[in-house]
This record gives sequence, C-alpha cells and structure tokens, in this order.
Amino acid sequence: MEHIFYTLQDFMVHTKGITYLIMGGLLVGLPLFWLFLTGRDEKNKTF
Amino acid sequence: MGLQDTIKDRLSNNGLIKNRLMKSNLINNPLIQKIEWTPINIATAIILFVGFILTIARFFGGLGTVTNLDDNNPWGLWIGFDLLCGVALAAGGYVTSSACYIFGLKRYHSAVRPAILTAFLGYALVVFALNYDVGRPWRLPYPIFYSPGTSSLLFEVGLCVFLYLNVLFIEFTPAALEWLGLKKIRNFVVGLTMLLTIFGVVLSTLHQSSLGALFLLAPSKLHPLWYSGYLPVYFFISSMFAGMSMVIFEGSLAHKYLHHKMDETHLSESDGVVLGFSKAASFVMVGYLGIKLIGLSIDNNWHYLFTSWGLWFLFELIGFVALPAFIYAVAAREKNVKLARAASILGVLGIILNRLNISLVAFNWQLPLEQRYFPSWMEIAISVFVVTVGIVVYRLITAYMPILYEHPDYKHADDSNNKHGHEED
Amino acid sequence: MTITRRKFLGWIGGAAAGSATLAGTVAHGASNKEFKGYPNSFGVLHDITKCIGCRKCEQACNEINTMPAPEKPFDDLSILEEERRTTPTAHTVVNKFISKVSNSSNSVEKNNNTNGDTSGNSIALYVKKQCNHCLEPACASACFVKAFKKDKTGAVTYDASLCVGCRYCMVACPFNIPTYEYDEPLTPRVMKCTLCLPRIQEGKLPACVQICPREALIFGERTELIKQARMRIQKHPDKYVDHIYGEHEMGGTSWLYLSPVPFSEIGMREDLGTHSAPELTAGALSAVPIVVGLWPVLLTGVYAISKRKEKIAQEELEQALAAAKDEAEEITAQKLAELKKKMTKEKETAVKTEVKKALDEAAKIAKAAEEAKAKKAAEEEAKKSESAKLTDKDSDQSDNLLSSEEEK
Ligand code: SF4
Ligand code: SF4
Ligand code: SF4
Repeated sequence: MEHIFYTLQDFMVHTKGITYLIMGGLLVGLPLFWLFLTGRDEKNKTF
Repeated sequence: MGLQDTIKDRLSNNGLIKNRLMKSNLINNPLIQKIEWTPINIATAIILFVGFILTIARFFGGLGTVTNLDDNNPWGLWIGFDLLCGVALAAGGYVTSSACYIFGLKRYHSAVRPAILTAFLGYALVVFALNYDVGRPWRLPYPIFYSPGTSSLLFEVGLCVFLYLNVLFIEFTPAALEWLGLKKIRNFVVGLTMLLTIFGVVLSTLHQSSLGALFLLAPSKLHPLWYSGYLPVYFFISSMFAGMSMVIFEGSLAHKYLHHKMDETHLSESDGVVLGFSKAASFVMVGYLGIKLIGLSIDNNWHYLFTSWGLWFLFELIGFVALPAFIYAVAAREKNVKLARAASILGVLGIILNRLNISLVAFNWQLPLEQRYFPSWMEIAISVFVVTVGIVVYRLITAYMPILYEHPDYKHADDSNNKHGHEED
Repeated sequence: MTITRRKFLGWIGGAAAGSATLAGTVAHGASNKEFKGYPNSFGVLHDITKCIGCRKCEQACNEINTMPAPEKPFDDLSILEEERRTTPTAHTVVNKFISKVSNSSNSVEKNNNTNGDTSGNSIALYVKKQCNHCLEPACASACFVKAFKKDKTGAVTYDASLCVGCRYCMVACPFNIPTYEYDEPLTPRVMKCTLCLPRIQEGKLPACVQICPREALIFGERTELIKQARMRIQKHPDKYVDHIYGEHEMGGTSWLYLSPVPFSEIGMREDLGTHSAPELTAGALSAVPIVVGLWPVLLTGVYAISKRKEKIAQEELEQALAAAKDEAEEITAQKLAELKKKMTKEKETAVKTEVKKALDEAAKIAKAAEEAKAKKAAEEEAKKSESAKLTDKDSDQSDNLLSSEEEK
C-alpha cells in the first residue's frame, strides 16, 4: 500500500505527523523507563 | 485570560479564600482594600483603560484599524515584540529551574519560584497577545487539535508553547496550593518537579530555536547578516542569557518594590544568584559571539559588514552582547551586584534589539523605504498594555502567594524532605 | 568508578549536543528522496514579449472571482504608471517596465548597452503578476493548519475554513503574493489567485488565459509548456533571454515566464535560489525529534551525576561528622578517666591526713587530758568524721573535700 508522494511538502506533512506521535511516545516512555531503571535504588529524593 | 479569571473568581465570595486572607492577615493589603493613587498606579490605570478601548477597536474594526500591517509586512510589533521578545525573556523559567534541579545548583533555589512565575506570566501574555494578532483567534486551537500542519515550524512553536504553558502552570501551582493550604495536592505536584523541569527544558529548547527557524524559509527577505542556517541555534543560545538577564533584572525591580515580601533565605541568596547568573550569562554571551562569527564566515558575509547594515549589525553585537558580557564579567569578578544589575538592563535591551532586528528591521530590507513597516501608536499602546497587565498580575500574585518567601508551613517539611537542601550553601 | 562513569555520560552528552547541532544544518529526512511533483499537472506560460498591457486579464479575473469593481475602470491604462502588487481585491495585476534596449540585440549585448549607451530606444514591457503556484509551495510549507495544498491539477488551493490568520504564509511566499483582508474584523481571509481551479475542473481555461487577446498567456501541461518555451528561445535567441523563469525558482513554479530582458529588470527576483521552502526547513524540523529523543536522556544523566555528587558529598560529610564525634567522645572519656583518677588520689590523701590529724589530736588529748570522759568524746568524734568521709566516697569529690575542709 505504498502511498506515492508527489511533493516534498506532502511527504513532510506525513512523516512529521508520524514523528510527532513518536516524540509524544518518547516523552512519556523515557521517564517511565527511568522509573523502572531506578525502581530498586534507595530513596534519595533531592526535591 | 485564564489566570486573571481564576484570580477574580477566587477573590469573589469564596469562603476558603477569605479565610486564608484573614488568617494570613493580608486583608489589609492596599491592592484590595483601597488603591493608592500613586503616580505609578495612575499610569497603570490609564494604560489599562486605553488598552481596553483599543481592544474594542481591534476586535470590532479588524486588524486594519489599529495596525500598520500590510500585505508586504504581515508581521509587525505584536509578533516581533510580544511573541519573539516575550518568549525569549521568559526563558528565565527553564534556565533557573534546570540550574537548580538538574545541575544541582541548590543555591539558586529561592530564585526558582519568581523565575517560574515570570515565565508563566510571560507565556500566558504571549498567548494573550497572539489573540490580538491573528485574524481569527478563536481558531487558535486548530493547529493542535483540528488540522495540524506538521510541516510548519509555526506548528512546532505553537505545540511547544501550548505544552510549555501547561508545564509552567503545573510548576507554578505549588505556590497557589500552599496559599490555599491544600497540602496533599501540593506535595504531589512538588514530587513531579524533576519530570516537569526536564519537560520544560526539552520544550524550551524546541520552541526557542524554532522561533528562529521560522525565518529559515524566507532567505530572500531577511538580510544575509541576520539570515543564517544557524538561526535556530542562535535563538536558543541567546534565550539562555536572555533568561538570565531577565532574572537579574526582574530581581532588582523586586528588590526595589517588593523588598518587604522577601524572606531571609531569598535575601541572603539573591546576591549569589545575581553573581552566579552574571558569570554564566557572560560566558554564554561570549560563546554566542563566537557562533555569530562562525555564521559570518561560513556564509562568507564579511563584505556586508562594511555597509550601513553591517554597522547596525555590529552595533547590536558589540553594544548589546559584547559590552554586557564584559560588564557581567567584571561584576562577577569583583562581586559587584549593582554592576551586574546594570549589565542585565543592557542584556535585556540587547535581546529585544536582536529579535526586532530579525523580525522587523532587517526583514524586508530590500523593499523601498515607503513600503517598509513602522508600528502605529496603537500597536505600541497594545504592547504596552499587555506588559502592564503582566506587571499588575505579578504584583497581585506576589502580594498573596509565597513566591518571594517560603511558606512557613512548608519550610521545614521541605527541609526534611530535602536532607541537603538549599541551606547547605 | 565515578570518574569513568562521569566521563562516559560526558561523551554521551557531547554526542547528543553534536548531533543536535549537526541536524540543524544538514537537511535530513528527505535528503535521498526526490519529488518531481504531480505528473501532468497544468501551468501557464506568460510570454512577456507578447503582452500589450491591456489589463483584460485583470478584468476577467475580477469578474470571475466576483470582486468589487475598482475605483478606476480596467480600460484606464494610466494606472500602469505605478508599480502595483496583488491586493485582497485583485488576484492579478499587470505592471509596466520601461527597458532601454533595442529589440534586436541579444541579452549580453543589451547589458553592455545599458551601461555604455543610454540613447538606445526604450521599450515598454508588461508583466502579469499573480500566484505562481509553486511546485513546493512556501505558503503550504508555512501554514500550520494545512490551509494551503498543492492540487494535482497544479493549483495551490486555500481553504478559508481552516485559516487562523497568522499570516505566516505571507511571510513565507518569496513572490509576495498572498494578501490579507486586514479590514475584515470577523472573517478575514488570505486572498490569492486560484488558478481558476473550478474552471479547470470543468475543463475550461482560466479566465485570464481565455480572455488574453495576444496569446501572451498559454495554458497547458507544465512539461509541455517548458518544451514550448525552450523552442521559442531556440527559434528566437535574439528575442528572449535564455532563462525560463519558474522552471527552477524556489523549486519550480507552475506559472512560467519568458522575457526579452533579464528578469531582475522587470521586477522579478533572480536571487531566490532553487531550494524549495520545505527543503529550507527540513533541517530544523528534523532536529526537533532528535532533541526530544536525546535531551531527556542527557539531562537525566546530568541530573543523576549531580545527585550522585551530592550523595557522595553527603556521605563524606556524614563520615567526617561521625569521625569528629568519635574523636570528641574519646577525648572526653579520657579526660573523665583522668579526672576520676586524680580525684580518687586526692581523696585518699585527704582522708589519710584527716585520720592522721584526728589520731594525732586524740593522742595529744589522751596525753594531755586526764579525764576519761573527755578522751572518749574525742575518740568518738574522730571515728564519726572518718565514717562520713568513707560513705561519701562515690559522690562528687571536690565538693566533698571542700565540705570536709569547711567542717574542719
Ligand atoms: S507564489 Fe506564493 S502564494 Fe503562490 S504558491 Fe508560491 S508561495 Fe504560495
Ligand atoms: S494565515 Fe491562514 S493560511 Fe496563512 S499560514 Fe496562517 S493559518 Fe495558514
Ligand atoms: S488564473 Fe484565475 S484567479 Fe488566477 S489570475 Fe487568472 S483569472 Fe485570476
């Protein structure tokens, strides 16, 4: 189902749209993974 | 604007608030009980009144009735000053909070809250001012929720400003929650500090630089001395010292007019903040000069330096970047707080000059003089009005909420949470 | 261990910052792809040598778009004396340029002529101006609500129902084409030529092309128009400059121009370059996701380092404190012990002397006094004081000494 892009403009709208979604996922996912990563560490809150 | 409404709501017959006011013995505050007709307050009232009239003119007569905008100059003062300068000068929020929380410079702790408040108000005002500038403000949510034009850098700016405004709002709420005595929610929000700070830095990096990148697609309109592939980098780096200068500048104003509101920690730390920030600002400024030079050389724009545009370019760089950098450096070496404050004024003016140069002065530089843009008095008046609204709200908030001091109920709680808190330094 | 860890994170940091800035200067995201635009899309070729400046196209455009009638009628040609641009009520304007060159010489010679010989006969050139319907429209690249779209017919369309009115499209357009209804308070729109898309879809010609009396405008497939233009240049190299304006400008436009003089002399910029707007912004746009991906990692790293430093400092502080405490305790204990020793010694001697004294006294008394009563009493007293001293042994000694001294 390869969609053909005739203009760079359409290509950008499409790819950046998906990239923005991935960015949102990253922003949520990275902190969660950090929590997982440090979940067993001793509590040493600094704020 | 949302904030004003909430404050008004809260000030109107809300039992909780009244209780709070009685308790904290603030009901005698001059701002609420009676307004003293000092010259400053009279001027404020006049500006607010004129702004109100012009607001009506803008929304009932259209952009054409109040602005000098035309088809060749679609962006004027409201974008150049209110948006570009507003966002750059509100960078103090992310700079201060990241210095304190991410880089562990705990001695800046007392500077974080005022900086967050200024940033929040700054961004709120930017959005407020955008409502004047865009043709159909009620469609402002469209780009994010209805028809995202992802290929546009303005979309990027809009999305980040929207998200960052929310982040700043949450970062600011502890002050309001302490004021209201909602301990549990406050502690929950304080627990999010680290996450919010990192979000703040990411979003700020993106939209500060994207504001510069807005002009990337107009190489034919912006003078080559200001146009550069590095524009986004320039905007981001300069936002750092813009934010630091603004924190120092705002601090000196607060010291003058709101001294009685500050607690010991704030007062004792403030000199350290000023000197620390002037050192940092000075170094970043010198780095910025360096990359400006690289920009000149990489595009081989040296020959433009000897034109009148080149003089203006050098005036901006030497007078408003190199000079404040030098004064900051001297101030930091000699631990001279006053000198640092003087430099901060120059730094703030320099940022305003730079942003106006890019958006107005050097933009459309090839057009004949009679087709160039100069703001109408009404545009200037609305910009002044917007800034005034910001100052009034700032005064209201600092009058009631624990911004320049720590709330007594949370001081110790904080210290015990925070085994090696700010008193360590 | 700390040092290596710090170094490692430092390298990551450097790499992150480096790639972020690199991404800002290199056009990623589309670098290895080429886009040729919609096949068979239409365009218009404007042959400036044929245009007579009759303004019929302006009129046709005005009528087809049901615009208000202008102040001066369209057959008033005096309006050509000043250079105009598109306005909210005029999608197209014709401008007049006076060129001081003769028709017969070729372009290179013409340039020389303008510098040296000003007496050459001057000719009037008429240039129609409207949206060029770029292949990669800057206006569409700029619009943050996708109000502009490149249609497969070649037209760049505008959807007023999406437009927010930020006017970034007007900033972006390198040809200064879009205009704005600044005087409209509630429903201001961006206005520009539509390439008469509705008419094209009906199989008709754009109104301006249709009405043109001199075939200065011809409508057709863009690729065909380019061939046609090449042919004209080839056939009449003396008549045209060797440049089809719009073939490559800003990535190419659907509207093409042929001119007898360099385009910069007739108000068309030749310094726009061939990069399209999306190419210009691709670099900055592709830096955005990289920042989102790397910044949190980098910043959390910095945070972890500063926290770790703090923790170490804290531990060191605690250790130092504990050591100081231990030392202090030891010293006090030592001192106490010494004190105790001294005290007991002193006490012993004190008791001894006391007893001795008492005994001596008693002996003296025994010797001196003859009465047994008196002797007994003295002995009893001596015994009393001795026992008192002995029971008080555990209590504070200096006090004891003092009191015993006082008692005496
Ligand atoms: S000429 Fe301007 S308005 Fe027309 S398509 Fe190109 S960029 Fe858009
Ligand atoms: S003014 Fe309208 S069409 Fe132009 S960029 Fe803004 S939203 Fe898009
Ligand atoms: S194509 Fe249509 S809208 Fe465009 S200038 Fe010609 S008549 Fe006007």
